[in-house]
Amino acid sequence: MQAFEYAEPKTLKEALGLLSSRWGETEILAGGTDLLSLMKNYVATPRRVVNLKSIAELRGVAETSEGLRIGALTTVQELLEDRRLARFPALTAAAQGITSPQIRNMGTIGGDLCQRPRCWYFRNGFGLLARDAQGRALVPEGDNRYHAILGNDGPAYFVSASSFGPPLIALGARVRIAGPNGTREMPLSEFFVIPKNEGEREIALHPNEILTDVFLPAAASELRNATYEVRQREFLDWPLATASVALELREGTVRRASIVLGHVAPIPWQAGAAAALLDGKALTEDLADQAGEQAVAAAKPLSKNRYKVQLARVAVKRALLAAAQGGA
Amino acid sequence: MEKILLKLCVNGETCQVAVPPNKLLLDVLREDLGLTGSKRGCDDSSCGCCAVLIDGTPMLSCVALAASYAGAEITTVEGLAPPGELHPVQEGFAVSGGAQCGYCTPGFLIATKALLDRNPQPTLEEIREALSSNLCRCTGYMQIYESVRLALERWQQVPRTAAASPTAAQGSQ
Repeated sequence: MQAFEYAEPKTLKEALGLLSSRWGETEILAGGTDLLSLMKNYVATPRRVVNLKSIAELRGVAETSEGLRIGALTTVQELLEDRRLARFPALTAAAQGITSPQIRNMGTIGGDLCQRPRCWYFRNGFGLLARDAQGRALVPEGDNRYHAILGNDGPAYFVSASSFGPPLIALGARVRIAGPNGTREMPLSEFFVIPKNEGEREIALHPNEILTDVFLPAAASELRNATYEVRQREFLDWPLATASVALELREGTVRRASIVLGHVAPIPWQAGAAAALLDGKALTEDLADQAGEQAVAAAKPLSKNRYKVQLARVAVKRALLAAAQGGA
Repeated sequence: MEKILLKLCVNGETCQVAVPPNKLLLDVLREDLGLTGSKRGCDDSSCGCCAVLIDGTPMLSCVALAASYAGAEITTVEGLAPPGELHPVQEGFAVSGGAQCGYCTPGFLIATKALLDRNPQPTLEEIREALSSNLCRCTGYMQIYESVRLALERWQQVPRTAAASPTAAQGSQ
């Protein structure tokens, strides 16, 4: 790990003052499970590390008139133990899907949303867009077993690693970001972006900004919701494909649906056409299957990841059926 | 590299170390404090060999900067019982063959201690879940689960206050 200056500010303002306006010069430390790994591999080589852990206002869950406010430093385990989140099985299933209790004890919701992709080209220093010296993309011809099947027209082929992104987007969450000129808010769906150039990131955060809060709107608690994850190993593994769904059901009929796939695209992937298919209909197994099919209709698998199309399709079907039955 | 002065509370004892900010908690425990029970396995948060208790919660010292844990109560495997004695969890592993090559054992002991502190009546499923951060490459999981079951029996026979308090380790400075 390269040498760096370590800072542990007590306030958000102080923390913001320590961040560089250029990516790579400073890094924000929360749970550390992703950042330390990146620094050990010299993928991240900051000259300063700013640890947020002493900033009390970034911690904890609070009920507000507009819904739930979740501080970015809230750990995955704290989310799992919070009874107010029990009505969001889409979220708790994703938290349980972070299949190491010790990582759940350390990792935070903000860190989950800001973590870097697991793409092994990126992790081995070949860049986020993984190109060779001539600028040719390495992924389409290379080992792309775990890469994107949607949103992969290039130049990005990695998949978003966030566990909470898909369920939070399905539930209509927003995020608040603090920067040198105050705060801004956006729907979480706009927080994730597909980079077009190597210097860009996969999130809308600027290098001198801090993700401070996640807001779950009050209306979200009326939604039937669920997450279904497909993984190779029971423990200590990232999912291969996931689906998070949120449904407004009235008298057995779907009034509004949201379907978001995880680990299949460079961003949490919103399957709008599949969700629209459910409008005004009773959610039968057949309909759930059709929605799954629709969700992957535009998939363009790479040479070694065709299997993910079927996994994503089934994940959508199973998440929908689980949500209709009350969530799981 | 410039060093920082850190006060760490390890196994009930406060110690001061001068370390560079990029030094991992695992390396400070092993190199600066001589507590070599915690092991470097995968070095990437996937095996649990380096697990220690931070304020009673099991965490991975290989993805933790020592500088971040000044002021926290850190318990390593050395702090489970006074020198020459065994914690019920250690007894369980010793009697039931929970250790084969032994490399992963400190991590398993730490994870088991944390489980029993929180849930003294775990089901087999809860034991598997609580130990799921820890890998045993000898694959002796059945003996490990049996060790936890035995530890549980012995744990229930020990007055809780005596077993729960971490004791000072013999760290060489």
